[in-house]
Amino acid sequence: MSLMNMTAIQLGDKIKKGEVSTAEAVNDALLSMQKVEKDINSYVTILDEQTIYKRAEEVQKGIKQGEYTGSLAGVPVAIKDNICTEGILTTCSSKILSNFKPMYNAEVVNNLLKAGAIIVGKTNMDEFAMGSTTETSYYGATKNPWNMAHVPGGSSGGTCAAVAANECSYGLGSDTGGSIRQPSSFCGVTGIKPTYGTVSRYGLIAYGSSLDQIGPVAKNVSDCATVLETIASYDPKDSTSVKRESYNFTAALRDDVKGMRIGIPKDYFGEGLDAEVRESVLSAVEVLKNKGAIVEEFDLSLVEYAIPAYYVIASAEASSNLARFEGVKYGYRTEQYEGLHNMFKKTRSEGFGAEVKRRIMLGSFVLSSGYYDAYYLKALKTKALIKQAFNDAFSRYDVIAAPAAPSTAPKLGDSLCDPIKMYLGDIYTISVNLAGLPAISVPCGVDSAGLPIGIQFIGDCFNENKIIQAAYSYEQTREYVSCDLCR
Amino acid sequence: MANIISDETIEYVGILAKLELSETEKEQAKKDMERMLDYIDKLNELDTTGVEPMSHLFPITNVFREDVVTNDDKRESILANAPEKKDGSFVVPKILD
Repeated sequence: MSLMNMTAIQLGDKIKKGEVSTAEAVNDALLSMQKVEKDINSYVTILDEQTIYKRAEEVQKGIKQGEYTGSLAGVPVAIKDNICTEGILTTCSSKILSNFKPMYNAEVVNNLLKAGAIIVGKTNMDEFAMGSTTETSYYGATKNPWNMAHVPGGSSGGTCAAVAANECSYGLGSDTGGSIRQPSSFCGVTGIKPTYGTVSRYGLIAYGSSLDQIGPVAKNVSDCATVLETIASYDPKDSTSVKRESYNFTAALRDDVKGMRIGIPKDYFGEGLDAEVRESVLSAVEVLKNKGAIVEEFDLSLVEYAIPAYYVIASAEASSNLARFEGVKYGYRTEQYEGLHNMFKKTRSEGFGAEVKRRIMLGSFVLSSGYYDAYYLKALKTKALIKQAFNDAFSRYDVIAAPAAPSTAPKLGDSLCDPIKMYLGDIYTISVNLAGLPAISVPCGVDSAGLPIGIQFIGDCFNENKIIQAAYSYEQTREYVSCDLCR
Repeated sequence: MANIISDETIEYVGILAKLELSETEKEQAKKDMERMLDYIDKLNELDTTGVEPMSHLFPITNVFREDVVTNDDKRESILANAPEKKDGSFVVPKILD
């Protein structure tokens, strides 16, 4: 059996006990890649074998000498390609960064390396994380390991597919409007979007800075909690980093929901939700009820305003953040140009894909003089109201349970032709980013077409432990189901 | 009300966004933006009188530090990514005659 069938913690434990070597671990990750990568396309870059084995040897030595004592030492990890890795290609799945090798590591990467992680590759994504299917990548779409005619979701589709297809033990994604939770749900894996400010954004190539958070993707809740504990840190280099009282997320791995108050937002279970997804999520809630949780329906309100507010705020921030790509300091530069401004314009027009241009244009418009109040400020006021609606909900509930997405994974090509339809697919995840809340997606079933379904638990700010506990308790009743490809 | 994006507006947004769009792309961009704005106009249903725009979720303060250099000279590795470089500098097209 491949070591990649184990969870990250199980593998880390075997490595620690000396039952398995770090070289054997990376060998199995590489074997999985050789088997499935040409079909799935989870990675933009796979590190060369020599580099991976050299790191494995280093970590093996470090474990022996007591330098690496944590549970992730020696375990192979995949990193989303918008997270900077020193000397390793970091493209954001864009042409404009097709040759960019960062000169520094993101803080999360340093935190992982300190824990003895072995990076095996950089995963595919929607270009600059703008998309919900991983089809807007310049390097080709990633396929869903459960059914290759379907998308893996996005934008962290490469990371989620790599975890689901055993091409790594766990991975890092980023979540601006659902980009960890929705593909986790589509690929049958677990992913956490932490409270805004919990994980440093230093070295994360920005899309919507007020919404972006890096988070873990893995086979189960214990792995995710452990990875989150490893990557989360207060970082003065990120001005929105929060100094939290506790980073002990694994303390919440307790099978106990007695008396836990779980709210079910009626507005998340109405029109637009696939019947099979609805049934699966509600049966998962029933499981927690039978374990002693107090379940109640309520009206969250404002749900339909989250997506328009998000697209104004995220596009506005994107138009500003992506201004740095102009062909001077790094990345692609157009071949022929006349003068500086023409060079900027041609470089950007040739370097960015259609969805990225669409959002930069929209963002530039809503920030322009005459429209700023009507669109941008209006969206920020809507955000305040959405935050208030969640505050009210969390005065009554410990956790909110909801679907992660309105359907299972769509077919390749189905979403791209209608952007607004694709945007609507983020309806259950987007408000969480606007309100800065933590949320987790955990597999809870498979539909009649054989595609995975995920349940999302949302918590109040800094209450990761409540959602981890709810998700862990649920998970104890359901074995991890892998896709056929891994059996 | 349906939004209409004029040629002048799309031209102006192109300047702001530093994007050069072909005629076909411009037509598509107009359509896309009109549709998005129609959709975004849904926000006007909400009464936001007296609501403070929320830029930051948590109270945020400036992060201050002593003005001392903590990093080493990384000029070479920074320039390694430059499309064009010369004598330790980035090269850009001439902007003054």
